[in-house]
Amino acid sequence: MLSEQVRAKIDRELKKYPPNWKQSAVMAALRFVQDEKGWIDTGDMVDVAAYLDMSQMGVYEVATFYNMYNLKPMGRHTLTVCTNLSCQLVGAMETLDYIKNKLGIGVGEVTADGKFGLREGECQNVCDEAPLLMINNKKTCGHLTKEKIDQILAELDKE
Amino acid sequence: MINIEIDGKHINVENGCSVIDAADRLGIYIPHFCYHKKLSIAANCRMCLVQIEKAPKPLPACATPVAEGMKVFTASEQAVKAQKGVMEFLLINHPLDCPICDQGGECELQDLAVGYGSSASRYHEEKRVVLHKDIGPLVAAEEMSRCINCTRCVRFGIEIGGAMELGQAFRGEHAEIMAFVSDTVDSELSGNMIDLCPVGALTSKPFRYSARTWELSRRKSISPHDSLGSNLAVQVKNNRVMRVLPIENEEINECWLSDKDRFSYEGLNSAERLTKPMIKQGGKWLEVEWQVALEYVANGLRQITHESGAENIGVLATPHSTLEELYLLQKLARGLGSHNVDFRLRQSDFSADSKQTGAPWLGMAVADISLVDRFLLVGSFLRKDHPLLASRVRQATKKGAQINLIHATDDDLLMPIVNKEIVPPTEMTTVLAQVLKALSTIKQATLDTSVQQIVQSVTPSAIAQAMADSLASGERVAILLGNFAQQHPQASQLQLLAQHIATLCGAKFGFFGEAANSVGGYLAQAVPFVGAEHGMNASTMLTAQRKAYILLNVEVELDMQDPQQALAAMGAADMVVALSAYKHHATEYADVLLPITPFTETSGTFISSEGRVQSFKGTVQPLGDARPAWKVLRVLGNMLNIPGFDYNNSEAVRDEVLGGTDVSAKLGNALHGVTAQTATWNTTGLQRVSDVPIYATDAIVRRAASLQKTRDAATPRALIHSVELEKLNLQSGEMVKLTQGHGSARLSIIADDSLPRGVVRVAAGHTITAELGAMFGTIRVERA
Repeated sequence: MLSEQVRAKIDRELKKYPPNWKQSAVMAALRFVQDEKGWIDTGDMVDVAAYLDMSQMGVYEVATFYNMYNLKPMGRHTLTVCTNLSCQLVGAMETLDYIKNKLGIGVGEVTADGKFGLREGECQNVCDEAPLLMINNKKTCGHLTKEKIDQILAELDKE
Repeated sequence: MINIEIDGKHINVENGCSVIDAADRLGIYIPHFCYHKKLSIAANCRMCLVQIEKAPKPLPACATPVAEGMKVFTASEQAVKAQKGVMEFLLINHPLDCPICDQGGECELQDLAVGYGSSASRYHEEKRVVLHKDIGPLVAAEEMSRCINCTRCVRFGIEIGGAMELGQAFRGEHAEIMAFVSDTVDSELSGNMIDLCPVGALTSKPFRYSARTWELSRRKSISPHDSLGSNLAVQVKNNRVMRVLPIENEEINECWLSDKDRFSYEGLNSAERLTKPMIKQGGKWLEVEWQVALEYVANGLRQITHESGAENIGVLATPHSTLEELYLLQKLARGLGSHNVDFRLRQSDFSADSKQTGAPWLGMAVADISLVDRFLLVGSFLRKDHPLLASRVRQATKKGAQINLIHATDDDLLMPIVNKEIVPPTEMTTVLAQVLKALSTIKQATLDTSVQQIVQSVTPSAIAQAMADSLASGERVAILLGNFAQQHPQASQLQLLAQHIATLCGAKFGFFGEAANSVGGYLAQAVPFVGAEHGMNASTMLTAQRKAYILLNVEVELDMQDPQQALAAMGAADMVVALSAYKHHATEYADVLLPITPFTETSGTFISSEGRVQSFKGTVQPLGDARPAWKVLRVLGNMLNIPGFDYNNSEAVRDEVLGGTDVSAKLGNALHGVTAQTATWNTTGLQRVSDVPIYATDAIVRRAASLQKTRDAATPRALIHSVELEKLNLQSGEMVKLTQGHGSARLSIIADDSLPRGVVRVAAGHTITAELGAMFGTIRVERA
């Protein structure tokens, strides 16, 4: 069951589209679900499908196509490290390895306390700040160094 | 119109036509996988790349609309190089193991790889693996690594089937075709995905690895199930039907088949097939020679005619029997002196008999359904009763047609319904009268006296008004009555009211026939009201029990309106002769079982709902000692010395029935001499609403093993509105005892708020409900 807040957000989104094209709001709807609980399970997809009058498989297609949707729990703070070309050229793999060692998890895993999840991501369009990572698909942190990573993790740890 | 040139040939085509269509009209083949003329354009396989003058790079022919003066080269160096390049990419991940693939020999990829592939692969790395899936008992998705992601199956589901059951999940090289989580594909048209799949990814589960395409001989036949008359290619190996595929006929089934038509062949090879004539002696069944069995039948019929009069013989046949069988059966009965012949086994209202202008039919051509812009559908489980007609209606809605529905259940038709009125069967005439009243006001028309009384007694509801508005605003309107309306105890009233609605809005008016020969039965005169002398209909010959019954293909407890009454009549009869392809429950009440052949083992004719006469030949030899029913009846006619039974072949029988007659002149849906009544029937207690589940309609499908594993064939449950459930103090999911008359059935009961109050939905045609009474009427529900 979608929460009241999520439904309200979807309703607002729906105003942007013709009434018989509710499925236009599917990406936004999935994002709202993920913002609320951190990931999207198939039950949520069923709910979104019902709410938007679309097929469950249609929602599944969208949810699996875009890699920013988490299809399993990814911790309270999901760190997505860009490993595309520009970032790779300035040490994205070393950045990734450093975070892996620091958190003791691999890509696609979550720390035992459920605080941090780690993902590889695609280009985030701010290559001038490379290497970079994103927190919960919302906040970009660029010009990463070991010190800066330590600082970011320490701050998130306190939250 | 636009002039273009393809490979040096000129053609004039309409604006918006694609290059691949234009080439097709010129007879030029452009290789393709994802393109299909009945589906939307995806342009994702890239196989149809062609060179187009002035275009900087090859363009996909399926997604390129023609333009004036365009010059296309489908086989130029650039085009072929592009096509070969695409083929190389397609084969990178495709397993190169055609000898062990079920699709081998009939694979589009294999065929085109011969023309465009190279002799060896340059790709030596690992191929991607896609896990197999279980998507139900009909379609096998066991080799999904073979999938080339053309998405034909996905588009078929969305566009033709009406539901997106398969989709393409994930992306890039991880993309795979799958159903949501672990869902099955439950569409009643799912088998078409097997035909559409250009590779061996989706294959037929019942057929897999049982034969190669080149071992099969392909013979034309006609579907014996629903009233569409789908054209079948029956594929045979070693005198056994191995599978059934569609034969394309744009006017009937297009290039599709319903799953029922496609997979019912498994029932032909069922272990329950009756292969020897049998006689019951001293309570034991003995296998006998044909001569013995036929003499026994002839003597028995002679004796009953002699002692009690021929009117003590009742003759029943299913509408799935051929025209020839039905004709000879009634000729035999009438030759003996009995007019008690009927094939309308699930009908309950016979008051329109001999008041019809002709045989009830669709009232229009099947192909014209796609052109209709306003429908009024009355009493039809459209999707399950007529899967491909439903798909035609669905296509019409895509072009803007509005559907108005009056029915007792609210099953999802997978198409938009503009107005619907879901009411108990007792109120259906009232709703139709309301629509008629509203429409007469709009049209300012004076109504015929036959309907004036009922119309005056009603006030149109808002929905009835909306329906009338919708119908009045249409240009090509169709009023269509479904199986439920024909089985309804007030069928003639519904027909009369619908007829007047149709007249007012200048609509086509017709019936979705229940079975393959619902029209043919009338033309074969297998009804009790032919000529001056009238006999008993399917209902009265059971209430007034006869001494002898002849049953053609009938399983009385499953095929009749009132199985309880039918079984009682059979039990009380002195002699029951069952002509059947199967050993069935008749072993309990019959005296003789004569093994006859199903449609694949006899020649015959079906007349479809639209009045199309389609004859077919046998595709395999009869199994064991089974014989075509028309031959059995011919011999019986001769033994009984009834004149006119000297036919050399089934064509001679057909020509006697139809020779020189214009079939269309014998069709007619109008009633004369019927007056609509305001009276309803006794409405105390809960009313039964019955559907005949899609895979319970006739003897063959009931024995088709794979169809019986589908969700549509699941054990029926009683459905009821939750308010009624509460009144009964029952919980959803509980086992209940349903009682009609002196018989009862135990089913689990489920709350279904889409049903109207006051009804219980209980399927007919199923052994679990075979002890119950009529398909309509009062039913008692209590905790089991």
